[in-house]
Amino acid sequence: MELEDKKDLESDLLEVMLGPSHPATHGTIQMRLKLDGEKVVFCDVEPGYLHRGFEKECEDHRWNQIFPYTDRLNYVSPIINNVGFAMAVEKLCDIEVPVRCQYLRVMLSEMTRITDHLTCLAAVVMELGAFTAFLYFVKARELYYNLLESVTGARLTYSWLRVGGARWDLPDGFTAKAKAAIPETRRILREIDGLFTKNRIFMDRVVNIGVISREDAISYGITGPFLRSTGVGYDVRKAHPYLVYNEFDFEIPTGQNGDSYDRYSVRMREMEQSLRIIEQAITKLPAGPVSIDDSRFTLPDKEAVYNSIEGTINHFKLVFDDIHPPPGEAYAYVEGGNGELGFYVVSDGGNKPVKCRCRPPCFPIMSAVGGIIVGHMLADIIAIFGSVNMIGGEMDR
Amino acid sequence: MSKELLQKVLERFPEAVEESHSLHGDETVRIKPERWLAVFSFLRDHLEFDHWIDLTAVDYLGREQGLPRYEVVVHLRRMKDGGRIRVKARLSEGGPAIDSLTSLYKGAAWMERECHEMYGIVFKGNADLRPLLLYPEFKGYPLRKDYPIDKRQPRIPLLGSEERRFPKPADETAHGHDPAFSREKKQ
Amino acid sequence: MGIEQRLQGFDFIATRAEFFINWARKWSLFQYPFVTACCGMEFMSTMCSHFDLARFGAEFPRFTPRQADFLVVVGTISHKQAPIIRRVYEQMCAPKWVIAFGVCACTGGFYDNYATVQGVDKVIPVDVYIPGCPPRPEMVFDGFMMLQDKIQKEKLDEHCAEKKYRLLP
Repeated sequence: MELEDKKDLESDLLEVMLGPSHPATHGTIQMRLKLDGEKVVFCDVEPGYLHRGFEKECEDHRWNQIFPYTDRLNYVSPIINNVGFAMAVEKLCDIEVPVRCQYLRVMLSEMTRITDHLTCLAAVVMELGAFTAFLYFVKARELYYNLLESVTGARLTYSWLRVGGARWDLPDGFTAKAKAAIPETRRILREIDGLFTKNRIFMDRVVNIGVISREDAISYGITGPFLRSTGVGYDVRKAHPYLVYNEFDFEIPTGQNGDSYDRYSVRMREMEQSLRIIEQAITKLPAGPVSIDDSRFTLPDKEAVYNSIEGTINHFKLVFDDIHPPPGEAYAYVEGGNGELGFYVVSDGGNKPVKCRCRPPCFPIMSAVGGIIVGHMLADIIAIFGSVNMIGGEMDR
Repeated sequence: MSKELLQKVLERFPEAVEESHSLHGDETVRIKPERWLAVFSFLRDHLEFDHWIDLTAVDYLGREQGLPRYEVVVHLRRMKDGGRIRVKARLSEGGPAIDSLTSLYKGAAWMERECHEMYGIVFKGNADLRPLLLYPEFKGYPLRKDYPIDKRQPRIPLLGSEERRFPKPADETAHGHDPAFSREKKQ
Repeated sequence: MGIEQRLQGFDFIATRAEFFINWARKWSLFQYPFVTACCGMEFMSTMCSHFDLARFGAEFPRFTPRQADFLVVVGTISHKQAPIIRRVYEQMCAPKWVIAFGVCACTGGFYDNYATVQGVDKVIPVDVYIPGCPPRPEMVFDGFMMLQDKIQKEKLDEHCAEKKYRLLP
């Protein structure tokens, strides 16, 4: 159409609500868009459709009762949330878990990091039209669900950690199964890599889409793969090593442009690094207890509970009255699937927290997404939103 | 490394600092709310605390005698060497208000919105304090300690009664929510 | 609904027609997965190759209420979300069924607070409840087969407005 004809066409902006129930928004979020043809000129993101009152529930429950709630924050990488909360309370109590428990926490965290990235990328590629790759990703994810089910008893919401350790140790045969799962995962990832990384259609959809600059990302408080795709190599595991991460040999992949393709590529490479960490953890796993030997925190063995009065009383006290961290405040942070997952806990010496705040990594990212989307076309929103990996449980808590 | 940064803050604003500590390795400073923006400008521009981490508030109802009820807590980080700091300020009960940090950090906008709708703290200078996680019809501030955990405010009339976790107060309906949403037809 | 009314006097044909229509309906359900929370991950597992919902004929999700037969409410429903799910349910055409997937959709789960509706049956009528946090895919199949049994046993005039779809005015 000639430019002169276009001036005569009167058009209004089209107001569209994307969400909160939409096939391509994983999790439930509403975006109020104003479109000029296909281009977005205004975007207002409205979260909160999964606000479940996590902080209020925490103030009403005892310290060890909060673990099931933390599972359901970032529900694709539940162990990492458990680890974050346990570390915050252990920091407050000034206790350190045994080395075996630290290795187990690292190993299982990395397994759930793999499930997180698998789920995120599965959603991204499904929304862009590649349904088969979604099935491959979920097939790989089943391997880890089975492994974690053999350890914790649940496929998705583990609640396996406690303050001062973990619920129980690994079952027999776990390391053999884990060792078998790793090459299978690598095979599936290689297959998917061949499908997407140099695929012209995929690259046309995601290269230079959703670009954010480094300074903006830092000012918004963005962390994780979103920040690393802009070239900033900040990963909590390397910058502020916690548990036994400083004993492992792994790299932090970064991107260059800060677009959706870089975020896909960073996540794929991070999965390979997580596999390396798991391999090293399996070989280096020391023997020893899984929970700290302190009667203020750890439940006694069943033999002691049934055969001695001290064991019974200790068990009774811990189950009914739970732990009493000293008064104070602590902020502990771990590297979640989306970035720095922090827990700020305040205690007044009682058995319930005064405040338990979860600092969600995808919250600042979603606050930036409204600005990133403006200027792109409607179909690009799907590519951008998928690469954000917004998990509703974490975002809205 | 963070200790020296904390020292610099204490030297620069001796009159604004009420308390500081380094419990559990977290450098913390509590300042007067009037100097909030000045301290953060110093932190961002001179001490290079450029990475925004977190903003939240705590309600100390009935807990610490002699101190105001609310406390706003901000965590910051330096990209340069990973130094961290926690800055707090106490706000009193009637009409808690403090300056907004949206002019300094872009990430403050949404976190202040959430803090406002949960606690009722007004952030002066934040142009957009609409509810973020809650809906416009919600009345009250749920994370305050005196808001009962199971007091529900449905947006649409419900098909059945919702039981409450704790015994309900006498002035509530049998369904445990606002009488305007009762199912019984008015004759 | 015209065929059901016309067959009222011819009981033998009506029961045969009922059998056939219900058989066809139960093996070709188009689902609307209203996914909100963690149960969505188990829903994905159920749909994918390992557990495979496609063998029940319910493979392809229809993300528009106009084309969907049954609404799977997956995950916690907050009070902010309640009007939306009511509107989606009202937009669906009869016959329609609802499965409450996960204990948050059944009774609110362990989120007994200001933000959560204590069960989606406070907002829309539910046919099958699948508890679990999240339910295993095998449990989902059990619930799905229960729904299929329910559909098979329905009468021809089950899905008229007077009988099933009376909600609050």
